[in-house]
Order: sequence, then structure tokens, then C-alpha cells
Amino acid sequence: MSAATHQGQTPYYFVPGPSRHPVMAAIGLFFVILGAGQWINGHSWGAYSLLFGLLWWAVVLFQWFGDAIRESENGLYSDRIDVSFRWSMSWFIFSEVMFFAAFFGALYWARVHAVPMLANLDHQILWPDFKALWPSAAPGVTASPAGTVEPFQTMGPFWLPTINTALLLSSGVTLTIAHHALREGHRAKTIAFMWVTVLLGLIFLFVQGYEYMHAYRDLNLKLSSGIYGSTFFMLTGFHGFHVFVGMLMLLFITLRLHKGHFTPERHFGFEGAAWYWHFVDVVWLGLYVVVYWM
Amino acid sequence: SVNSLPGGPAVNQLNLHPPVTRIAEEQHFLHWMMLVICFVIFVGVFSVMFYSILKHRKSLGAKSASFHESTTVEIVWTVVPFLIVIGMALPATKVVVAMKDTTNADITVKATGYQWKWGYDYINGEGAGVSFLSTLDATHRQASDAGQPVGDDYLLKVDNPLVVPVNKKIRVITTANDVIHAWMVPAFGVKQDAIPGFVRDTWFRAEKTGDFYGQCAELCGKEHAYMPIHVKVVTDEEYSKWVEEQQKLMQARADDPTKVWELADLVARGEKVYAANCAACHKADGSGAGPIKALDGSAIVLDADKSKQINILLNGAGNGAMPSWKQLSDTEIAAVITYVKNSWSNKTGTLVQPAEITAAR
Amino acid sequence: MSAVLDNHGHAVGGHAHDDHAHDHPHGWRRWVFATNHKDIGTLYLLFSFAMLMVGGVLALLIRAELFQPGLQVVNPELFNQLTTMHGLIMVFGAIMPAFVGFANWMIPLQIGASDMAFARMNNFSFWLMIPAAIMLVASFFMPGGAPAAGWTLYAPLTLQMGPSMDAAIFAMHIMGASSIMGSINIIVTILNMRAPGMTLMKMPMFCWTWLITAYLLIAVIPVLAGAITMTLTDRHFGTAFFNPAGGGDPVMYQHIFWFFGHPEVYIMILPAFGIISHIVPAFARKRLFGYTSMVYATASIAILSFIVWAHHMFTTGMPVTGQLFFMYATMLIAVPTGVKIFNWIATMWRGSMTFETPMLFAVGFIFVFTMGGFTGLILSVAPIDIQLQDTYYVVAHFHYVLVAGSLYALFAGFYYWAPKWTGVMYSETRGKIHFWGSLIFFNITFFPMHFLGLAGMPRRYADYPMQFADFNAIASVGAFGFGLMQVYFFVFIVLPAMMGKGEKAPQRPWNDPDGQGAEGLEWEVPSPAPFHTFENPPKLNAAATKVVG
Ligand code: HEA
Ligand code: HEA
Ligand code: CUA
Ligand SMILES: [Cu+2]
Repeated sequence: MSAATHQGQTPYYFVPGPSRHPVMAAIGLFFVILGAGQWINGHSWGAYSLLFGLLWWAVVLFQWFGDAIRESENGLYSDRIDVSFRWSMSWFIFSEVMFFAAFFGALYWARVHAVPMLANLDHQILWPDFKALWPSAAPGVTASPAGTVEPFQTMGPFWLPTINTALLLSSGVTLTIAHHALREGHRAKTIAFMWVTVLLGLIFLFVQGYEYMHAYRDLNLKLSSGIYGSTFFMLTGFHGFHVFVGMLMLLFITLRLHKGHFTPERHFGFEGAAWYWHFVDVVWLGLYVVVYWM
Repeated sequence: SVNSLPGGPAVNQLNLHPPVTRIAEEQHFLHWMMLVICFVIFVGVFSVMFYSILKHRKSLGAKSASFHESTTVEIVWTVVPFLIVIGMALPATKVVVAMKDTTNADITVKATGYQWKWGYDYINGEGAGVSFLSTLDATHRQASDAGQPVGDDYLLKVDNPLVVPVNKKIRVITTANDVIHAWMVPAFGVKQDAIPGFVRDTWFRAEKTGDFYGQCAELCGKEHAYMPIHVKVVTDEEYSKWVEEQQKLMQARADDPTKVWELADLVARGEKVYAANCAACHKADGSGAGPIKALDGSAIVLDADKSKQINILLNGAGNGAMPSWKQLSDTEIAAVITYVKNSWSNKTGTLVQPAEITAAR
Repeated sequence: MSAVLDNHGHAVGGHAHDDHAHDHPHGWRRWVFATNHKDIGTLYLLFSFAMLMVGGVLALLIRAELFQPGLQVVNPELFNQLTTMHGLIMVFGAIMPAFVGFANWMIPLQIGASDMAFARMNNFSFWLMIPAAIMLVASFFMPGGAPAAGWTLYAPLTLQMGPSMDAAIFAMHIMGASSIMGSINIIVTILNMRAPGMTLMKMPMFCWTWLITAYLLIAVIPVLAGAITMTLTDRHFGTAFFNPAGGGDPVMYQHIFWFFGHPEVYIMILPAFGIISHIVPAFARKRLFGYTSMVYATASIAILSFIVWAHHMFTTGMPVTGQLFFMYATMLIAVPTGVKIFNWIATMWRGSMTFETPMLFAVGFIFVFTMGGFTGLILSVAPIDIQLQDTYYVVAHFHYVLVAGSLYALFAGFYYWAPKWTGVMYSETRGKIHFWGSLIFFNITFFPMHFLGLAGMPRRYADYPMQFADFNAIASVGAFGFGLMQVYFFVFIVLPAMMGKGEKAPQRPWNDPDGQGAEGLEWEVPSPAPFHTFENPPKLNAAATKVVG
């Protein structure tokens, strides 16, 4: 024990006391998975359990982050803790990269191995009529050996995805402007540019929603459109979900800025959210090239 | 009291099956080589350890030395194992290359894994066109349930073995209808997964006549343990005779898909098809189980629109949970649908003729 | 530091206690709301032991069915469920969380940190295991029973499973989240909270192996999450990832799964290597030989583990070049693993050894694990694997490395550190009974499986040809013996230790009066380790093994 620990002084490494948040959050997630598992198996009560669990979880997270923010604003977090946050956010983002890698890998495998193989000479014994054309290279052709997938058209890069690229790239710029402003102590400018960033993220989501509607209505491109539809929707869908989460992060950071949180020197909350946003950006660029162009 | 089964497992067998092909022989050699090298290393390494354990004990007054580093020995015991591993990999490489060479086969047979039996189609070479299913002897399956196994070929006896000529290169193409199975015959040194929707191949050239046995080697659902493989290797003359017989049999068996059936006859026929193909999952009384849909009282079965049920049988459903049954003949499919529509509490009186299946295909 | 906290979880209480006894939480709240790394470590250890029992009972049901040919105990459906759930529960419920428990207890103590970097998230990682475990075990009672597609959950068999499959998938998502958070915690703790003077290359081996393991986890758990998510959408939302009729490929599942699965097996063995690297030097009274090369060897194993996955898929039918590449890469892993074995033996060489229970388990580990390593090497030779894939030879291989490997190391670590955790010594006689009983029964159970596999008995079989009967009977007898030894362990060693019965443990139980023996900061704190340790970073000696001020 240290005699140096007096009130108001930053501890060497702050360790929070007992907290009910973790166990409460776990209970929330229990209802989430219970509900989700039942719901998709046709038990409608599952939906309520899922919703209840999510709400519960959100409330717990709100309180939990509230505690953390209070601790931070009360000066309990030393520089060392700041470093901890940086490491943890970096490796968390790395784990997200690996999650996307699984789906990019699936796309790679399907295009480079599975689909060509299904159409090669040996496989004519099973699928005599199947031609290996990746749908995105030949609109209107389905990637379905059994011919069970309804014809569909593919989603090219123009114009919605390109608009979305522009939106995300500019949101990266506005976020950087906000960051510089924060570092220079221009709080009003920071807040303004943060709102612009959040808004750009929101527009992105709307455009993507519209793109999906377009796909379902006009192109007959669905989640069930064979391997093309599967990879297309899962990759862009998980990306969209990450945009949503990133946007929420930025939104909460903006609200905190309104409350006067963060200083020009210390604002890791801000930076962590910004890192996440840039990561989402980079994934999008990957998608834009591999899913829409190639 | 059980005896060794020639071509199958021996009682308390300790090593791989006696090889009947060159590849299996090579595998045998590689296994012995690995075993000997590993054993020598093992004895070497652990004699040092046990020497140390016996001699360098505190109770014997041993005082601990203070060395804890030596770049030289570290390099030695990195490089030497590296060389040993290369020495192991070289002979293995040759075998891998030989194993994968499926070209220039005399006879090509397609082996299709079904839940839970094997289908064989001779597609190239002498016997092309012959095709049949190979299922575990039903009495063995019952003996298993009863907990009273019998016989030296327990769980290995099938109704129709795969028959091939001796000393001929047989290419086996594997595929599956529902889930992944694996076609394995240890004496031939062959094991190849059978993957639905894809074809893979392997080959063997049996150098001895006789009966050889294997089992399905990929978890494929509840009857995984009950889909054995029996390969009969015969002389060329016997093989030719067998092919002739088979071709006659197939002609006799073939149904005329344009025949118009009576309800009772078709139901009777359908009952057999059901027992052979459907009962394993949907149960003899059509009650299903867990994820397996009940057929008794099913909305689709009772629906006046016959095409719904026909479509499911032809194309499968539930993303493959219910496999496609395309491989059955039109008559068989018509019969089994008619049977289901008129059994248990289902009393639709609906009759589905083979011609309707022909049209729907 | 936590002097600024009051007892009720409010972070900024304001009144400074100088006496820590007062801020020591009591009652059930201490455990449920825990933020203390030692308490959370204890929770993890208890949880994983419970799971070992559950998984073990499932294994005994498997062995009971296989005691003789014919079906006697369970039907084939249930048998496949037992196999699947045994694998899943042992891997995700028993072995992995047990090592996390050790990490929680020992890493902060070994690097002189006050706690884990994120104490609340640490508790979250633990509590996530509970809903996941409940979902997994509850799946037995869902319509259609538990998942029965093997722990590898191969498509398209998973598409035929009932609702319990979805429960299992969600449970694994949750466990994955727990593992990722746990790993981040461990990485950050190790990178950021070492006491001044403890450079990375002076860090205890257990921390090193866990650091590398945590990286493996972060890299591969999300990939598993991806694979099972695709399974989920194929099952319910019409995607065709693994459905060839729509252009997908069942083998793609296997590639993605094993990209996770192979590193996963090293996730279960690297921390074990770390534990052994502490115990051998302590009882040889001699410094670990080749510390630097141990670190590099561990890293090499981890890196190589990313490029060998398809050795589980030799029979799926890949091109010659694929088989050769994966065969060579796999065989290479023997080299760094050999380095570790040799270093341990060199550590023993000319030491001054005694053989208390931790050392017995460590030596047992080295001996029996190496046998499992050699059978692994034999499997990695593609032509041999064609014969042995999916037979009991593989089952023998991985129980040698997982039970005699991971589990033995966990036992060794328990005997070694439990005096520090509980403050009491276990009974040496009982420890020895546990060791010898386990060793003998282990080999009775799993050695005959090599013969069964060579003779071609496939795994995941509810019934088998009669020629395999004798070895199966022997294995089943062994399994019940092995199980009884673990019951003995629980009743006569773990329980008394938890209740504080036994001789009082000194601060340095493994040191001779002249100071030779165990080294490391964990021995610088009293036994049992007080609730708070190293609240301010200790000053260390040059070797970073002792506190000097
Ligand atoms: C702790 C877990 C663990 C560990 C450490 C290992 C270690 C190894 N494993 Fe194992 N393995 C599993 C767990 C593990 N495995 C599991 C669970 C499965 C089955 C999964 C399933 O299908 O359900 C499996 C399956 C498996 C297969 C697939 C079998 C099949 O399904 O057909 C293969 C094939 O290559 C393999 C190889 C290896 C190799 C080469 C090692 C090497 O790392 C071993 C290296 C060690 C040594 C070699 C011994 C010590 C070295 C020396 C003394 C040096 C000198 C030696 C020489 C120069 C030879 N393993
Ligand atoms: C990760 C670690 C791990 C551990 C520790 C174990 C431990 C054991 N395992 Fe296994 N096992 C796997 C991982 C593990 N296993 C995996 C991954 C598979 C593959 C699954 C698949 O194919 O999908 C497998 C598969 C597997 C099979 C093959 C099943 C099949 O192919 O159908 C068998 C068969 O004998 C088996 C047996 C055992 C036994 C007897 C033990 C024993 O060591 C268990 C000992 C423990 C106890 C018995 C518990 C303590 C006792 C009690 C709680 C009281 C009751 C006891 C008595 C009254 C005696 N395991
Ligand atoms: Cu077919 Cu196992
Ligand atoms: Cu592996």
C-alpha cells in the first residue's frame, strides 16, 4: 500500500472496485442468444427475449461506460492506463480484421477454387450444364450449378457504391479535421465537424439501405442468390453493421464533447473511435475493389 | 469368440492391414520407417533424461551446476532434427506423387455416398453402365441394436459388393448426395472423402484376389458406423462373367416409366422404397424426430398440389438438410410419394404416376 | 490504489483507507462482482474443473458404449451427440478456461503488476462463459438433442442438425467474445504493466507463452466466428457458402475451420509449455536452459501453426502440391518443439533434483507428450495419414497431447502454485497417488487406441466390428480408472486445499534453506497471496526475479 495515494492524486494504475456491470451484461447476452436461437427456429417469443436482452445489455453498457467516463474525468486514469487503452483498441481492431478476413477468404475461395472447379471437366458428371462465370463478370448469369437460383443481376460499382466510397472517404477527412481542431483547443469546430462525420456515416447507411432495396427489387439479387449473393450481402452487410457501430461511437463522443469532456492533450476516447472509423473505411475500400469492381 | 476376417480386421491387429496394392505397401514402409526413427530418437532422448533423473538427484548429494546457455548445442539440436525431418519427407514425397496419379485407369467407378449406403456406377472400361447400391446387411444392423453382435464380418457384410478385376488400375471417383462421407479400404491404402456436389478421385490396383473390407470414414450422421465397403477382387474371367450377369439383372429390374399404376400396387412398391431410403430419418411411422420433419400429417404431403412434394424429392429442401433423391427412378419416386400420401393418418387417396415425375425432372 | 474505492463498487468514493483489510469485499459479491485478478482466476479454475467433470462424464458414456460391440448404453444419435459435446466442452469449457485461470492468477504476480489491465472486462470475460456453458449443456434437452456433427462442426452435416445447433453456434460466439477480451487483457497487461526493470527478455516463460497464445487467439477466434456465422446463415437465411448447388463448397468450411482449428491446438499447449518451463528449473534447482531459444521456439511454433491447417484435410482430395506443402510445413513444427524438449532435459542435466508432485507431472508431461508429438509427426506424413485419418489413431494422438499434455501441465501447475493460492500444502502422498494412478490409467485408456486406429477402426463410431473388441474393452476400463483418479484428486486434494486444510504453506514452499529452488516474483509475496499485491511497482534486482526495495 502506498502512502502516496491521497485523494485527488492519480493512482499509478487505477484498478476499479467490485462492479455489477460485467455479470449484468452477461445476463443480458444470455437472453440475446437464447432469444436469437429460438426465434430463428420459429418460436416468436424468441424475438422478445432477443429484444429484451439487447435493451438490458445496452442499459448495462451505458452504466458501465458511464462509470468509466466518470473515472476518466475524475483524473483516475494515469498515462499508463492511456497506453493500455491504445494497445487494447489496436488489438481489438486487429481481431475485427481477422473476422473480415474469414469472409474475404470465402469470397476468394469461391471465385478462385470452388466455382471454377464445379465447372471443370471432372464435374460435368454432376453439373453438365454449369459454366464458371463469376456473376460479376457476366451480368445475368447465375453462379448456381443446380440451376436452383433465380436469375439475378449483379451490383456494379456505379453509382451507389461509388457515392458511398466518396461519403466514407470524406467522413475520414472531416473526422481528421475535427481531431486537429480538438488538439488545437477549438471545441466548437470539433463538435461541428463531428456532427458532419456522424451525418456522413448516417447517409452512408441510408444509401446502403437503398442499394439493398434496389438489389432485391430491381436486380433480383438476394441473400439466397447462390454464392454471389451470399458473399455480397454478408461482406457488405457486416461492413454496414460496423459502420453503424462506428457511427454510434462517434455520436457518443460528440455528445461527450458537448458535455465538455476531453482535453487537447488527453482524449483517447475520441481517438479510439476515430481509429475504428478509419478501420471501417479501409475495409470498405477493400470491398469496393473486390466485391464491386472485380 | 471371433476370428480374424481375411481382407478385413484381424483379431487384436497391431499394425496396418497387410498391403494388397503397391501404394499400401509404400505406406507400410513409411510407417515402419517413421516408427523406427521416432523410436530411436525417443529412446535416445529419454535415456538422457532418465539417466539425469537417476543420477542428478538431490538425495544422492548432487549439486546443481550453473550452466544455462550454449549457442552451439542449441544450433546442433535445431539443425539435426531439421535434417532428420527432411530425411523423412523425401521418401514420403515420392509416395504422395504416386498416390495422386489417377491417370490411365482401366476401369472407372463412381462411388456415391448416401445416408447411409454406397452407390456404385461403372462409368468407364469393361462393365460401364453397371450400377447398384450397396447396403449393410439388415440383420447386422438389427444385431447391433439388440446389442448382440455376431459373425466375423459383423458390420462389414453388404448386399452387393463392389466387384473389380485383379491387377487392373481402378479409378474411383467419389461424390456424395447429402453430406460428406469417406470411401476407405485399408488393404488398398485408399481413403477419399466423398463430398456432395464435388467429385474427387483416387485409385488402386489390387494385386490379389479376395474380399477386402472398409468402412465409411467421415462422420455422416447417426448411421455413420453402418455403411461398410466390401470390394471383391476377382480374376478377369470372373469379372467378365459378373458384368454380363449384372447387365441382365439391370434390364430385368428396370421399370417402364410410362406404365400406369394402380394405387395399391404403387403403395406396396412405395413401402419398400420408403423402408430402404426414408425410414432411417423420417422413421417407419413417418413421425420424424427433432429437426427431421414429420411426414405423418405434414401439410406438404396433404396438399392437393402434388408438385410441392415432387419438387422436394427431386431437389431437396432445407438447404440440403433434406437431400435430393434424383438418383431414384421415376417409378420409385412416384411410388414413395404415393405411399407417403396414403399411409398412417395421411389418407389423401392421391396417386402420383411415374410419368408425372418424368415431366417434373 | 484501490484505497480510493469504497466497498460498493463506486469508483470515486473519495475517502482514502490506509488499511486494505477494509476494502476487501465479502460474501457473494466478492465473487460475482469481482475485479480482482486472483478471485477471477479462481472462478475460472473452478468453472473449468466443473466442465472437465461434465466432459469427462460424457467421455465415460462414450467408453461405456464402446466397452463391447453392439449397442448397449446409448443409441447412435445420442452417441454422436456425446462425442460432439465431449469435444466441445473439453476444448472450450475445460482446457482453454483453465489456462485463462492460470493466466489471471499468475501473470500479474509474475510481472509485478497490481492486477490485470482491465479488471472489469476481465470479469466480463469470465461471466460470459456461464451463459455459453448453459446454452451448450442445455442443448441436450432441445428437440432433436445436442449437436451431433463432431466438435469440428463440418458442413453440410451441420445443416441437418436441429435447433440445438444454433444454440451451440451462439454459445461459441459468446465464448469467442470472452476469449478475445481475455486475450486483449493479457496482451495489454504483459506489454504495459511489467514492473520497471522487467524487460521482455527477462519475463517469466509462462508470461511469454501466454503472450504468444493470446496473439494466436486474437488472430483465429474471429475466423472461427466467421465460419460458424456462415453455417448459421446457410441454415436459416438461404446463403450458399457450403452448398454446391448454389456455387458454394463444403470443403471451404474445413479450410476456414482448420485455419482456426490448428492454431487452436497450440493455444491449448503453449501455456502448458510455459508452466513446465517453471517447474523443471525449480525442482532441478537450476536455471532454465536456453531461455532465449525457448522464446524463439514458442514464437516459431505459433507462426508455423498458421500454415499447416490442411494436414487435417489430406483425405479431402487436394492437389499434389497442396499435400506436399502442408506435409512439409507440418513436419517442420517438430523442430522448434524438439528444441523445447531438449532444453527441459538440459535443464535437468546436472541439476539437483527432487520429485515432488509438480515435478512428477512435469516429467510425465515431457515423456508422454513427446509420444503424442511423435504420433502427430507420423500423421503429418500424408501417405500414412491416408490410412489413419479419422481413425482411432488420431484419437490416440490428440489425447496424448491434450490429456497427457495440456491436462497434465494444468495438474503440475496446480500442485506448484496452489500453496501460493490457498496458503496450505497439499498432501505429498496423495499427490503421488494421483500422479501414478493417472499416468497408468491414462496409458491403459489411450495406448490401445493406436492399435485400433492402425487396424482401421474409424472414430465417431457407435459400434464396431468384433475384432476390435479387446482393445476397446481395455480402453474403457482405463477410462473409468482415469476418471476415478480425477474424482480422487477433487475430493482428497482440491477440496481440502479450498477449505484451507493441511499444513500451512511457507512463502517459498519450493526453496531449500539455502534459497535454491523456485524463482520469480510470485514467491516474493506471502502465502496465501494477499488480496492486493504489487499495488505500487516493486523495485527489482537485475535479473528481475526478486524484489529489492
Ligand atoms: C495440444 C494439442 C495438439 C498438439 C500439441 C498437436 C501437435 C501435433 N499434431 Fe495434432 N491434433 C490435435 C491436437 C494437437 N496436435 C487434435 C485435437 C487433432 C484432431 C482434431 C480432430 O480431427 O478432431 C490433431 C490431429 C492432427 C493431425 C490430423 C490427423 C487426421 O485427422 O488425419 C495431424 C496431421 O498432421 C497432426 C499433427 C501434429 C503434429 C505434427 C504435431 C506437432 O506439433 C508435434 C511436435 C512434437 C514432437 C515431434 C515431439 C518432440 C520433438 C522431439 C523430441 C524432437 C525430435 C524429433 C524429430 C526430429 C522427429 N495432428
Ligand atoms: C480437450 C481435452 C480432452 C480431454 C481432457 C479428453 C478426455 C477424455 N476423452 Fe476425449 N476428446 C477430445 C478432447 C478431450 N478428451 C476431443 C476434441 C475429441 C474429438 C471429438 C469429436 O470427434 O468431435 C475427443 C474424443 C474422444 C473419444 C472418441 C469418441 C468418438 O470418436 O466417438 C473418446 C473415446 O474413447 C474419448 C475419451 C476420453 C476420455 C476417456 C477422457 C478422459 O481423460 C476423461 C477423464 C475425466 C473424467 C472421467 C471426469 C471425472 C470423473 C467424474 C466427474 C465422476 C465420474 C467418474 C467415475 C464414476 C469413474 N474422447
Ligand atoms: Cu457415411 Cu460416415
Ligand atoms: Cu493440426
